[in-house]
Order: sequence, then structure tokens, then C-alpha cells
Amino acid sequence: MIAPDMAEDMRWADACLAAALIAIAPGLCGGAVVSAQAGPVRDNWLAGLQALYGEARPVRRLPVNAAPQRILGGLDLAATLKAGHPVMQRGLLSEADGGVLVAAMAERMPVSLAAQIGGVLDTHQLIAERDGLQIRSGTRFDLVALDESLEDEPGVPGALAERLCFKVSLDGVSLADSRDWPVTPDDVAAARKRLAQVRLSDEVCEALCSAGLALGVHSARAAVMAGRVARLHAALCGNTVTDKDDAEAALRLVLLPRATQVPEIEVDADDQPPEAEEPPPPEQDQSRADGAGDNEDQQQPDLSQLADILVEAAKALLPADLMAKAAAAKAARQRAGEAGRAGAMQKASTRGRPTGTRKGELQPGVRLNVVETLRAAAPWQPLRRRQREQAGGEAAANRIEVRKQDIRINRFQQHGETTAIFVVDASGSSALNRLAEAKGAVELLLADCYVRRDQVALIAFRGQGAELVLPPTRSLVRAKRCLTGLSGGGGTPLANALEAAALLADGERRRGRTPVLVVLTDGQANVTRDGGHGRAQARADAQEAARRIRMAGLTGLLLDISPRPSAAAAELAKAMGALHVPLPRADAAKVSDLVRTVTGAPAPARAG
Amino acid sequence: MSTTRPPFPFSAIVGQQDVCRALLATAVDPLIGGILIFGDRGTGKSTAVRALARLLPPMKAVEGCVYNCDPDSERMCDACRSRDKRKTVTISVPVVDLPLGATEDRVVGALDLESALTRGEKVLEPGLLARANRGFLYIDEVNLLEDHIVDLLLDVAASGENVIEREGLSVRHPARFVLIGSGNPEEGELRPQLLDRFGLSVDVSTPRDLKQRVEIVRRREAYERDPGGFSTQWHGKDVALRRKVVRARGLVREVDLSDEVLELASRLCMELGTDGLRGELTLTRTARAFAALDGARVVTAKHVRAAAVPALRHRLRRDPLDDTGSDVRIERVLADVFEG
Repeated sequence: MIAPDMAEDMRWADACLAAALIAIAPGLCGGAVVSAQAGPVRDNWLAGLQALYGEARPVRRLPVNAAPQRILGGLDLAATLKAGHPVMQRGLLSEADGGVLVAAMAERMPVSLAAQIGGVLDTHQLIAERDGLQIRSGTRFDLVALDESLEDEPGVPGALAERLCFKVSLDGVSLADSRDWPVTPDDVAAARKRLAQVRLSDEVCEALCSAGLALGVHSARAAVMAGRVARLHAALCGNTVTDKDDAEAALRLVLLPRATQVPEIEVDADDQPPEAEEPPPPEQDQSRADGAGDNEDQQQPDLSQLADILVEAAKALLPADLMAKAAAAKAARQRAGEAGRAGAMQKASTRGRPTGTRKGELQPGVRLNVVETLRAAAPWQPLRRRQREQAGGEAAANRIEVRKQDIRINRFQQHGETTAIFVVDASGSSALNRLAEAKGAVELLLADCYVRRDQVALIAFRGQGAELVLPPTRSLVRAKRCLTGLSGGGGTPLANALEAAALLADGERRRGRTPVLVVLTDGQANVTRDGGHGRAQARADAQEAARRIRMAGLTGLLLDISPRPSAAAAELAKAMGALHVPLPRADAAKVSDLVRTVTGAPAPARAG
Repeated sequence: MSTTRPPFPFSAIVGQQDVCRALLATAVDPLIGGILIFGDRGTGKSTAVRALARLLPPMKAVEGCVYNCDPDSERMCDACRSRDKRKTVTISVPVVDLPLGATEDRVVGALDLESALTRGEKVLEPGLLARANRGFLYIDEVNLLEDHIVDLLLDVAASGENVIEREGLSVRHPARFVLIGSGNPEEGELRPQLLDRFGLSVDVSTPRDLKQRVEIVRRREAYERDPGGFSTQWHGKDVALRRKVVRARGLVREVDLSDEVLELASRLCMELGTDGLRGELTLTRTARAFAALDGARVVTAKHVRAAAVPALRHRLRRDPLDDTGSDVRIERVLADVFEG
């Protein structure tokens, strides 16, 4: 029987199971996203995976600040200069061939690198064009993406997470539990031999596909992965045909973590599971979680009903999971700015996206582009050698004469990317109207700013708290998806909203973007910081939050949307150090024009 | 440890008719321009593109030419033109990957370091654009491509010629290719200028039909267990498809485009308010290619209708406050024009 807090209990067992399944067929699963803070539990898991994998296989670590040359491979400068012809150096992705690549702090990986690694996972081929070299090498590895993001932060880039079969969470696993490792290398070795004979049965295949559809897992890749994991699980259990247990394991390990909806429930459908008061006590047969070979005497159910059974199982497991996520997200939001996350700030002159090279001087802080420098120097070599000879110097044939004018340095693009953070008052009667305007402004801004690569986020506040409705994005598609179905009404928790905005702005700053706060409110706070009532206290809290924003030096804009310019809003704007603009009938175009003025973006020629 | 496996066969792809049809159309008539494939993750975007490489019929080229020059064409590189005798070889159509993070020198070509350093000679080391000439240039996650590389591509894709002016080199060579880009719209939008360079735009989503999904899982499993065997199994169908492309290529110039159909296409573009003539041109070209693929000698309203969405959906003026998707707007106008 599964207790309500089953998800916690099975975490370690499932994590071990995932490791075992990865180890059975290296390179087949793609790997896992492991969300856990750094610590001995995570280390134990990694060590266990390595033990199952076998000694002979390489394990490489991909640090967060690794240079592209180390990741993808590139020119081996010392060897090249010595040999006189380009010598290639292998990168981490090639070195990990046949083994595991552990990506530290994968949540901070740039999207473009994630996409590139994703391509390698798909095709088992590394293709790169850099340093004057064409790099083509077959490589097949499993990626363990260590995810240390907090719940309300963006996790591992989607391009990567999508391609890794498993999502393992080690939060809440005790150190004592993590010493226990239920699967032995011998089990894995036996399963490895068996795998070629294991067949994915039609029933399991169909059941997994329909369970995936019911859970809103749209990616076809996820369906393929679920089938793959069912086969691996069968091999681990010593079977040659997949059965119910294998299907359940695949459901739990692959489909559930990707679920986007709760399967439809016939009676009293609950559309918003995160708000459900208590998870329904799941009553369901426990499947073997340890994944070891012992087959319990279990009544084999009619396989034709397997799909229904899986959907039932999913229903039982899912609400608890979603509940936990929602609670954790809330807790994380309330935690005030914890500083000190590694890799946060970097020197500005060397960050941003590289945009080619330019002539320049070598100073501290600039990055020399060696290949381009050599290229610039190359045509002059015979001439310079002759010059040196004439000047009486010794001219070694293998020495390359580089002059100051040859120096080429990398150019980085960092023209202030901004993130416009909209904080929208969704409380009270006119909320719907305001929300519509804010939505329109967000979409207008996005439609114009994809050229400039700026981002937009939206926080709505009403009732008891503030909610990040639209995390920073530059995608119009995503914005539209998030903003539809945004509702209004209730009290005005202004203090909470400002705090949430300040937190988000802080995060954006660390990513090297300039946040701009755009607050749409009438300034009439009536919910206090801790969710209580009382106008005076609420106002004081809001003032304090506003002052903190000013102290953080954030650029702000307060759009006063009350029918007549209100003193409360003006006061708030002053405390925030923000521009106060009375705008009783904010229309979307006006708002987006104002934001553009504040951020210094050029107004577009709007097509009629 | 890793051996290269044959790509997933084109004919074994389940439920991506729109993408496959668009790819085949450009294989029939490269002048249609590129294809932009946008959709959620895990829809098999890149699978389809990579499969195309194996499907394409081989082509003739001048032996030893890095630009795959066509021996029968006027447009040849300087080296080929100056040759007295040109030997012809048969090569497979290049499908070149442009990986993210590719540096400028690798894309356009640059001074060959080795010969410059050791012999002091100025020799061009051709880049990806040279290799892609007369073939396909594929960019996965095209919306994440660095801006300065996008600028390069825009210029070359428009002129069909790559001009290299760097490090004392001054070279120009033909660079005509079909640009194929794929990406996930959630990662960000595409610059309008780049969007315009794509002839067709296809929106993909995964099939929500259970039977199709089961079939996807099954075929993928069979492929993974034995890539070689699976390829052989589908070889016959791939060959049949290739024949269809070859036949359509022969046919496409002869396909008749009546005045009525032309008028229909113009009316469609006018009603939709698409910018410029490019939309209309692409629409009729694609309709022609579709007709040729069907083995028809006359373009009918049916072909125009099928070509309308991919040829026009990315050319509509965007109104951010209008939630109606481009496809719906086109369908609406289509219904008006065809039935009204």
C-alpha cells in the first residue's frame, strides 16, 4: 500500500532504479535530470551510478564555466604551433563517449549550448564548426544534468530536459537512506545480456501511449522513452516481455514527471489540483520499487485493461506531486533574497554572446582570439622573416612573427538587454479591464522587442498573494499561452507583489539583464504582508517594500490606474523612486510606449 | 564505441504529412526557397530533415570542385570556368548542418591557416556555405542562432553568392542552397528578415491520435534495436518516393498554370494582405511542385489550397492583439475565396 507521502518514501528507490536502467544500456536513455542541492546524498547517487556503469567507462564533469573549446573541442594551440598545421583537441563531449557526462548547475547552462548537447544526444554525433576546424566525431554518452534551481526558478533548459529519460529528485532523502543501494552491478550485467531479447508488448505500448495522452504529455519522444524504459525495466526484472510492473515503472519514472494535466476524473472534476486542500489518499497496489529481481506473487491483471489501470495509478500519484510542487514554490517565493549563489556575477567585459572579432589591443579583461590573430599574421610571415634577417636577427623558420596590429580580440554583445517586469493589480472590480490592458501591453512589447531580444514578465496580485503569471520570456507564443485565463478580483496585497517583483528583478540582474519594473495599481493596499487585513498596516508594508526597491536601485514606472490621480499612488511611486504616471484609462499601446521610453528602446513604426 | 547508424527512413515517419510534403516540394523545386519548421519538442522535426538526405536523388558535379558546381550550368565558380576539361562525377546532394556556435570563419570560409603559416600562401579554406551549394543548409534551433551569423546568412541567401573579403582574401563563389530551419517557438521568435527568407513555413505538433502514437513508438523501437535492418526494410518505400521526386522534377516545368488559377492565387494574397510579391510567387511555385508530385499536368485549385497555408502563414501582418492564429485566418480567407 502506498501511504500519502509515498512520493517521499520512494524517492531514493526510484532514483536508484533510474540509475540502474541508465547503466543497463549506456547511451540509450540519454540520462537524467537530478534535482538536488549539492551534498552527500547526491554524491552517493552519482557514485552508485558510476559503480553500476562499470569502472572502464569514462566519467567527465562539465563545469558551468567551461569554455566552448573544452566542451566541443577545438584547436590545440601548443601542438598546432609546434607542428605547423592545425592539431585538434578533443572536447568533453567526445571524451565522454561511452560513459557519463555530469553537468554541474545545468539550470544555468546557456540555451544554445543545451540545444547543441541535445543534438548530440539525438544523433550521437558531435558537429561543430569552430577555430577554423570542422569537428565531426561520433559520441554517445549519458548526461546527468544536476539541477540546483529553486522551485520558482527556471530549471534545466527544455531542449536538454526533453531528451533525458529520467527526472530524479533527491530532495528530502536522508543520508542514512542513501547508503542503501538496492541494485548490484551483477543485476545490471545480467540485464544487459537479456536486453536484446526483451520485447515491448503491444498492451504495454498502447497503455503507455494512452496514459501519456491522458497526462498531457504531448512529446512523441516521451512516449518512445516510456517504451524504452519499460523494456529496460523488464530486462532488469528478468523478463523477456514487458508486463504491468514495467509499465508502471515507466509511468512513474518517465511520464509522471512530464505530466501537464491531471487525467480527467468523471465525478466532481477538479480543474486546479494545486489548490486542492488535501491529496486524495491513493489506494493502489505498490509495485516493486527496488527493481531487484524478486518477482512478488502478484495476480496478473487483465492486460487489456492496463491503460485504465495506469491512468488510475497516475491519478493517485499525481495530485500529491503537484501539491508538493505548489507548496515548495510558495515557500521559495516567500524566502527573501538569499544571496551567494555560485556563478552569479561575472565580469561584464567578457560576458554576453560573442559577436565576432575585431582589431584591438591586449589589455586585461579582453579575450584574445588566437585563431583569428594567427590568420591575420599569416600572410605577412615571409616578409617579416626577411625583414628580421635583414635586420640581422636570427630567423627561425618555425617561429611565427606576430605583431601588434595582428591582435584580434573577441567582441561580446551586451547592449543592455532589458526585462520589463509588469506588476499588475488584479484586485477589485475593474481588475478585468486592467488585466486586459496589461496583457495587451505585454504582447505589444513582445511583438516589437523580439528584434532587440528583450524579455517581458508579468506578476499579477490579488486576494492573498502575488503570482508570477509569466516568467521572463521573449516568446510571444508562450506569453499568450500563460496570459489566457488570467483572472481577477479580491483584495490588494501590494506589499507581497512588490517583494516578488524585487526578487525577480534581482534574479534578472544576475543574469546580466536590466530589469525595469512597471507597476499598474491605484496604490490602495488592503492586504498586509503576511496575508492579514487592515488598511493602515497594509499600506505601511507596501511603503516599506517600495523603499526597498528604491534602495536596490531598480528602475521603475508606476502607472496610476485609479479614476483620479490618487495620493496613495503618488506616495508609493515616491517611495519606490519610480516615475508616477496617472493613466486612468491605460490602453495597451500607451503603456507599451511608456515602457519603451523608460527602457530607452526606440519606438517602432507601427504598421497600421 | 560509437558507430554511425543510418538515419531513420523518410518513409517510416508517422503523421508528419505537412513537413514531409513541404520537404519533398523543395526537393522538386529548390527555387521555392527554404522551409521553416516550428513546433513543440519531440515532434520529429530534425528526424524528417535528416531522413531527407538519404532520399534525395544524386546529382552531377564537376570533379574536384569544392562548391559542387553543376557541369551543365552557366553559374560556375571561377576555378571551374577556367578549367579546359571538366570531368563529371555523381555525388549525393549535400545536406549540411550549421551547428549553433559555429564561428564566422567556418560559415563563410577563411584563410587556410596551414598553408598560410607554412608556405606563406593565401588560400581560401571554404566554409559551410561552399559545401552547401546546390544542396540544403540545415539549422536546428534556428531561433537561437547568433545574430551576426544570421546577418551573414540573410545576405548570402538573398544573392545566391558568397563574397569573402577578409585577411587579404577576395573571393566570390556561388552559394545557392535551400535553407531549412527548425525550432521551438517557446525559445523565442525569429527575426522578421530571416522569416522572410524561408519560402515555406510549417507548424508541427505531435499526433494526438492513440494509434499513430503507438505506431511511432513501435517503429522507433524497431529502428533502435536494429537500425540497419530497419533501413533495409523501408528501403523499397524510400526508393519509390525518390522515383516520385525524380519524375516530378521532370514534370514541374511543364505543369500548366492556367490564368484562373493564377488569379485565384493573387486574390488569396490580396485578401490576406501579405506583404510583397514573394508570397504570391512562392504560392504558385509550391502549388506547381505539389501538382508535379501528384503526377498532374495541370495545377488545380486543390493544389493552391494545399500550398496556401505553408506558403503564406508567415507572411501575414501580425497583430499582437488578435489572438487568431495565422492558420485560422488563412483558412477563413480560403473558405471565402474558394466557396464565395
